[in-house]
Amino acid sequence: MNEKIRQAIRDHGRMPVDVDTLSDDADLYQAGMTSHASVNVMLALEDAFDIEFPDRMLQRSVFESVSSIAAALNELEAGVAG
Amino acid sequence: VWWFATYSEAMAFRIGIDLIDVETVADALEAQGERYLRRVYRESEIADCRRDGDFDIKGLASRFAAKEAMIKALAPGDDPVPWLDIEVRRSPAGAVELLIHGRAATLARDAGITSFALCITHEQGIAAALVVAEARTDADTDT
Repeated sequence: MNEKIRQAIRDHGRMPVDVDTLSDDADLYQAGMTSHASVNVMLALEDAFDIEFPDRMLQRSVFESVSSIAAALNELEAGVAG
Repeated sequence: VWWFATYSEAMAFRIGIDLIDVETVADALEAQGERYLRRVYRESEIADCRRDGDFDIKGLASRFAAKEAMIKALAPGDDPVPWLDIEVRRSPAGAVELLIHGRAATLARDAGITSFALCITHEQGIAAALVVAEARTDADTDT
């Protein structure tokens, strides 16, 4: 999962640094991801995981790191499975 | 002086500002098309920016900047504020104004925001927006 997340960030995050140099817990906004780029990352993740982020998840904290994105995706996938 | 002193005790200003690279909006539109538009912009905003089958990219970019500037003025912390809750309207006279809906409207009410004003601009590939909101200082103390 984390590699697919990293791929979405790599392709759509317009990061000024190589995402592979960042840890899973690194703050993506502090590393240079803009709020608009986070929209593109969100849409790419929806494509990659076949899910849709609900309004309640449109929080800065959800998209601030690979780990936080993974946690949100796990929650959404658990909801679908349940 | 008396008026200002009295007024300043009761009201405070909140400011939000945002800049965006217009090219990033063009890229998003090319990559995601309608999905991007429908997640970020309200129907009226899409209509305002539609140009003979194409889009006014600077217009979309300045509207995104306006939404982000309003979110900064709302200072929601980690509360979610959907972009669709914030709408930029252009009046027949050409002025822009903000309308807020849903979660954004609730946050504004809780913060005691009574009015707000928007200014947008763009120049050489950058769009910018500034929002100034006026709020009662006695609001949001018990919630």
